[in-house]
Amino acid sequence: MPVLTILLLSLREASRRKLLIAIAILTAVAVILSAWGFQHLLQIPCGSPGRRHPCSPLDNKIEAATLLVLLMFMFSFILALGAAFLAAPAIAGEVESGVALSMLARPIRRGDLVLGKWLGLVVLIFVYAALAAGLEFVVERLLIGYTATNSLFVILFLVAEAMITLTLSLALSTRLPAMTSGIIALVLFGMVWMGGVTGGVGAALHNRTIQDVGTVSSLVLPTDGLWRGAVYNLEPAALISIGQSSGEARANPFFVSQPPATAYLFWAAIWVTGVLSIGVWSFNRREL
Amino acid sequence: MVSAEETKVVLTGEEALDAPSPAIHTQDLAKRYGRTIALTGLTMTVGRGEIFGFLGPNGAGKTTAVKLLVGLIHPTAGQGWVLGKPLGDRETRRRIGYLPELFRYQDWLSGREVLDLHCDLAGIPREQRRNEIDSALATVGLGRRGEDRVGTYSKGMQQRLGLGVALLGNPELVFLDEPTSALDPVGRHDVREIIRGLKERGTTVFLNSHLLNEVEQVCDRVAVINRGGVLAIGTLDEIRVGEASVRLRLTRVGPPAEEILRRAGARDEGEWQVIPNLSDDAVPDLVARLVAVGAAIHAVEPARSTLEDEFLHLLGGRDAGPDNPAA
Repeated sequence: MPVLTILLLSLREASRRKLLIAIAILTAVAVILSAWGFQHLLQIPCGSPGRRHPCSPLDNKIEAATLLVLLMFMFSFILALGAAFLAAPAIAGEVESGVALSMLARPIRRGDLVLGKWLGLVVLIFVYAALAAGLEFVVERLLIGYTATNSLFVILFLVAEAMITLTLSLALSTRLPAMTSGIIALVLFGMVWMGGVTGGVGAALHNRTIQDVGTVSSLVLPTDGLWRGAVYNLEPAALISIGQSSGEARANPFFVSQPPATAYLFWAAIWVTGVLSIGVWSFNRREL
Repeated sequence: MVSAEETKVVLTGEEALDAPSPAIHTQDLAKRYGRTIALTGLTMTVGRGEIFGFLGPNGAGKTTAVKLLVGLIHPTAGQGWVLGKPLGDRETRRRIGYLPELFRYQDWLSGREVLDLHCDLAGIPREQRRNEIDSALATVGLGRRGEDRVGTYSKGMQQRLGLGVALLGNPELVFLDEPTSALDPVGRHDVREIIRGLKERGTTVFLNSHLLNEVEQVCDRVAVINRGGVLAIGTLDEIRVGEASVRLRLTRVGPPAEEILRRAGARDEGEWQVIPNLSDDAVPDLVARLVAVGAAIHAVEPARSTLEDEFLHLLGGRDAGPDNPAA
């Protein structure tokens, strides 16, 4: 089955090119550093200068949750952009180098190559996200006694977010050079994140037009919308209830008071399917 | 020599009808990239078991033609059939082998793993693979380097690997696009032997090359193309028919001998006198007359024009040059 062959080839490539060992080492370093940082930050007493007092368990929980959201934001950023940069040369690189010529002269569909590469990268991203984030959650739980409210959902949302940039970058790379595909995915990712922040400000200020900017951007590229799903599942109930009573909190990109709507998750699934199909269609028509 | 125009008439008539399923048949096949014409009206038939040379200078449209035949690009006009199936037919690719001009393989795999990958993609049964791979590695002279990473191979070894990839699964038709471009003289000799071996097995070989000597040594028929168009097509004898001549090395040439040579249309090429368009039957009479007038004949040789002579002649007649960017 050609799709499976290409999938396994992608995984083998990641291993042979020392990608797996590199990210394993970097993940271990990141987990150790973040654990060290968390422990020290949570030892700082609460209150204003001159009136310091030990933090209450609730303060500690909110502080730990906030730190975890920030850490996961960095992780989601790395995951989403890493996915985009892994996908960018997946097709374009093989076409440019000529590797694709002999493979596509075999009795396979071009779609097999696109789907196989996509599946291989999704598996890679999922395994990496599950192991890295899971390890982070376990270590934080052991050291500071707090972890995400729903760790599995956090990982799923982070993977889904990375799948968006991965799919976009892969679809673009069926036509554009690897560098261009990666840069487009990166810029759109940043623009949509800013669009989400802008929409939050619009919601806090009750400005419908500005709020719509966020809505539209989250539909065009559902990365920020899915990131908010991860944030929601990272937060303790106490933080959510505090935030829900504060209008200004809606402008904070690191706080979410509502999970993404089911319809939005469907839209994200349709988006991935649609963009991947466009990528296959585009590659089918490409002159090699 | 058969001109392109004559070929069109011949091949669209009886020849095409008599061969219901040639290895390759194209009819006015054309490819255009925007304003650039890469291939214009390619009409040809390649019979089963033939070694067919596709000749042309850089940028003539040779690689475009091969990519069309393999199904990597789509024609903008015309039609074509490979092994009896329309161009681009996926199942037909099971029966063909292809060495691209741009031969690159996964440099993080070993040569053996690259071959195994292609066995997988070609649908070669798992139990046959070991033999297929061993045989391919041995045929292309990589038997000892099969376990090494492709990234450690020289360019010539990578081209050998590409040839091995093209030979997997005992294909009925093999496209070789400039198969010796990275090879040394030993490698070129090996490739010629491999092509001869394929012919003995009844495999059709479509050899894309600008190395005339290589084509001359192995091909049954050739097509000469330039700027996307076919200039001539036929057997080597048909292509080279223009100048069947004889050359003589002689001394003691007095005025009577000079007069005989002048009348025969001799061309002075230093040590040799070349007599063009002289049939074999006329040679003894010419030699006898020259001897009779006192000339000393040291050597008489047929001086048939080479493919290179004819190639240059053909290109010269059509404003040759690599102006066309399509390769």
